[in-house]
Formats: sequence, structure tokens, C-alpha cells
Amino acid sequence: MSVKQISIFLVNQPGSLAALTKLLQQNEIDLRAMSLAESEDFGIVRIIVDDVYNCNQVLKDNNYVCSITKVVAVEIEDKPGALVNVLTLLGDNGVNLEYSYAFLAKKAGSAFLILRVPDVKAAEKIMMENGIRPITQDDLSGLFD
Amino acid sequence: MERYFDEAIETASREEILEIQNRGLRDVVKRVWDNVPYYRKKMEAKGVTPEDIKGREDLHKLPFLTKDDLREAYPYGLMARPVKDCVRIQSTSGTTGRRVVAFYTQNDLDMWERCCARALTAAGCTPDDVVQVSYGYGLFTGGAGLHGGSHKVGSLTLPMSSGNTDRQIQFMTDLGATIICCTPSYAAYLAESIHERGVRDQIRLKAGIFGAEAWTEEMRQSIQERLGIKAYDIYGLTEISGPGVSFECSCQNGMHINEDNFIAETIDPKTGEPVPYGEKGELVFTSFTKEAFPLIRYRTKDICILTEEKCECGRTFIRMTKPLGRSDDMLIVKGVNVFPSQIETVLMNQGYPANYEIVVTRENNSDAIEVKVEMTQEMFSDSISEVAGREKKLVAALKAMLGIYCKVRLVAPKSIVRSEGKAKRVIDKRNLYKG
Repeated sequence: MSVKQISIFLVNQPGSLAALTKLLQQNEIDLRAMSLAESEDFGIVRIIVDDVYNCNQVLKDNNYVCSITKVVAVEIEDKPGALVNVLTLLGDNGVNLEYSYAFLAKKAGSAFLILRVPDVKAAEKIMMENGIRPITQDDLSGLFD
Repeated sequence: MERYFDEAIETASREEILEIQNRGLRDVVKRVWDNVPYYRKKMEAKGVTPEDIKGREDLHKLPFLTKDDLREAYPYGLMARPVKDCVRIQSTSGTTGRRVVAFYTQNDLDMWERCCARALTAAGCTPDDVVQVSYGYGLFTGGAGLHGGSHKVGSLTLPMSSGNTDRQIQFMTDLGATIICCTPSYAAYLAESIHERGVRDQIRLKAGIFGAEAWTEEMRQSIQERLGIKAYDIYGLTEISGPGVSFECSCQNGMHINEDNFIAETIDPKTGEPVPYGEKGELVFTSFTKEAFPLIRYRTKDICILTEEKCECGRTFIRMTKPLGRSDDMLIVKGVNVFPSQIETVLMNQGYPANYEIVVTRENNSDAIEVKVEMTQEMFSDSISEVAGREKKLVAALKAMLGIYCKVRLVAPKSIVRSEGKAKRVIDKRNLYKG
């Protein structure tokens, strides 16, 4: 059901994100979504791509430290208040959100949300029961056709 | 059962060893007096003649030699034999200034190689073994010493030298090497590379002899576990001969000094006064059997403890602890003594790799110390708070060990230069001793 996110360790210095994106470019890896979190001396880049296995291999071969995490991805309406419904639902069911980021695809009127939660299966079950269908890894490329 | 290379001498009575040393000391003092004007002048300045030296109890009357003397006398000033009698030179890496060159006659080489053969045998080496020598060859004593020692034992010797890790691992697996000799940091790197390549099950190693740089007990445990071997420490320095001045036995509890060739003392580095066995002091050697380049009371700057307690292995040679620090390597940060080995211990305890770099700076007349540590797969997570939390824990552990705040900087994997010779772990940008 869920989507796999790749997190990458980056040193906090000029050009390190550029170097990473250059590597992805050289390997023709298309980023579907990206989010950047930083601390004083390092950062963590989180990305969503179609071929997780290939991307992970490219990164490892180039000495990046990275990890794969399952995250929940959902489609919401691209209008004010749409986010409230999803977040209220999670909150009411005691699901703690660790972090989240959004992206747009080609589908007009829709936005997409990545949610990092401790228990992906439990969160997805709650959503299904409330009529929200999470997006799978296979759905991803279709969103951009 | 414990094996010895020279059983009679390695297990001789203390009286016998002391008699060898007394005789050897009288002999070497006479030789340098006659043949080394540089040392004779030092003796004269102290008012000592060879007649004053009857044995070990008179050792304290003799002047010290330091690295500065070796530099001043460079290159031929401390030679006790003419060039025609010498067959080899070896040299220090020269990282702390001018190079030091040591000379060897054929007898000197044989003695040195026997010392290394004793170390190899104590690590379980026999003529059936395949010994991979991955210390640097050339001027550095590491390669030459263990290579010669392996020949003396009669083992199949792989003269690999350092570097070219792919080739090292290929020979190790193809030839079924059973003993590896290299620096501990290279051993750690080899272990990492072997795991990365997934060839751990093709490795036949049973023991490793690691020296030439400081390493900790934690690093030993990690290398032993990752390679499935017993890791032995070896100590030596070019000025005295090279590796094999002392070596570990199967008890792994201090290194036996080859006392039939070297007299060891420990002194207070400030006053030069001898300190008793069991107490910390600067290690001083007299290489009384050396023909070409004998040194009397050479100050190593290594701080260690000597013990004459009986060892379970049966050897009667006294033991030294691994150097607990160097009187010149020690950093004074914010007035506190910091040894790089303390930082390494904390890193290993917290599960970080042994590859690190210490940077000391001074801003606005205040010292700052920073440790760069490589990020590893095991330490990483997608959550900033988790990674930063581990970092905080490391800072706290460093503070507990050192007593001062030490900044931690997580850096990209493999971004700290891997040493295939000696590791350069400390960068002191304060320039306190220049000008």
C-alpha cells in the first residue's frame, strides 16, 4: 500500500545538495517529491522516486548514507481546508505525525501529501475506513503521465 | 600450548637476563665511547667514562639521547661502524620534522628479524602459515621487519606492502592468508572492505599483528570480531630497530620487551629521574646489541607502564603497556590534557567508526576542540531528532571522558582520509609552538 521514501545524509555545506541532484540527473532519476530537513551541521534530504531500488543503489555506489522508510501518501483536494480533514482524522485516532510534505502532480484539482507516521499500516487502515485511499508505489508514475 | 621462537632466552631466569644486560651495557658504552664522538662528548659533559658503568644500576649516570640529537647528528653522526660494515638503512616517516635515519649491519638485521619472528610465533605463526605483510615496504620499518621475521619463522610470506585494497583482499582469499600484519587502522579498513564485498566467508585469517600507531582495546575487540581473528599488538621504533622491540603473547596483556637486546627504563619526563615498575613514565631504551647504530638511553616520548610480574605465557621478559599517550602528542585544550586515544575509546563505545579527525582551534584566545566523525548506515535514520539525539549522546560521553566540551561534526562517509600508513588524526590549528 504505502510509498517508499529515500532519506539521504548530507553535510551542511555549499554545493552538497547540488552534487546530489547532479548525480540523480546523470542517472536520469526523476524526483516526484522532495523535502529537506536541516540541523546545524548536517541535513537530511527525503525524496520520492519511481524506482526506489535503482536510486538506492546509485546512492550507495556513490558513498551516500541513505535509508528507506515506508510513508503514507494520500491525494487531497487542492482547496482550502482539505488538509484539515486528514490531519484531524489522524489526530482523533491518536496517530502522531512525525513530519509531512506535499507535492503536486499533473492531475488538476488534486494535491498529494506524504505523511511520516510510526505505524504506516495502522494509519492507512484508519484512512481506508474513512474513505481516503492511500496511494501505492505503483500508482506514483501514473500521477505524472 | 605456548610456542616460542627462542625458547631458552624467552624463558630464561631473571638473573640470566640481567647478566646479559650488564655485560651488554658495558660493551656498548665502550663501543660508543671509542667510535661515536658525538656521544663521547655528551658523556664527557656529564663527567662519565666507560669505567663508571659496571651494569644496569649505573644506567642513570649516562646521558639521554633524544630525537633532537638524532636530527643534529644526521645523517652519519651516531654511526658506530664504518659504512663498509653496514648493509641497510631504514628511516622514520619524518612527519614531525627532519627524517631520522638508522643503519644496520647484517647482524643487526638478523637480530631485528629474530625479534619479529618471536612476535609472529607468539601470535601462533608456524612454517605452515601464510603471512600477508601489508605494512609499507621501503624506508618504513613495518614491512621489512615483519617480512624478515616471517622468513625466519619459515612461513610463506606475501610481500604485499600497503595500499591497493582490492589486490590485498584478492591475495588474502586466493592464497588463504592466515596471518595479517599491518597498521590497526588499515586492519579496520580491510575488515570494512571485506564486509562490503561480502567475502567474509572466504577469509582464512586466524591472527593479526598490528602496530606502528596508537589503537585502543575497543578497536582490538572490533577488529577481532569483524575478522574472526586474534589481534596482537607489536611495538617498536626505527631508532631502536623497528617493530618487535616488544610484542604481545597469547595473554594479550602487555608486550614483552626483547630484553636480550634492549634495556627498558621508564623516567619522569620532566625531571628525567627513573620511575619504578608499575608507575607511568616515559619509556627509554638502550639497544645494547646493535652494531651500526646503538643508542643509549634513547627517550621515546611514549608514556607507558612497565611490569615485571610473571606472565602466564612463560616468558620472563618484562612487559610494557601499550603507549598510554605520547608526551609530544598530548593535546592541552583549555588547560586540560587530552589524548586522542581517549576520544577514540568514546567513539568505539558509542558505535561510531574508528575513523575520525580531531581539530583544535583557538578563537578570541579560547580553545575549541572538534571531532569529525563519519556518518554510517547504522547510525543514520530519516529523522533529524534521532540523528541529532545520537550526536548529543556522543557529545555528553566525550565531555564525561575529557572533562571539557568537545564539538562533534558528522561528516559524509569516506570523507576522512583513510590511512594505509600512519594515520594523521589530529590537526592543531593553534600554531602555539611556532615563532
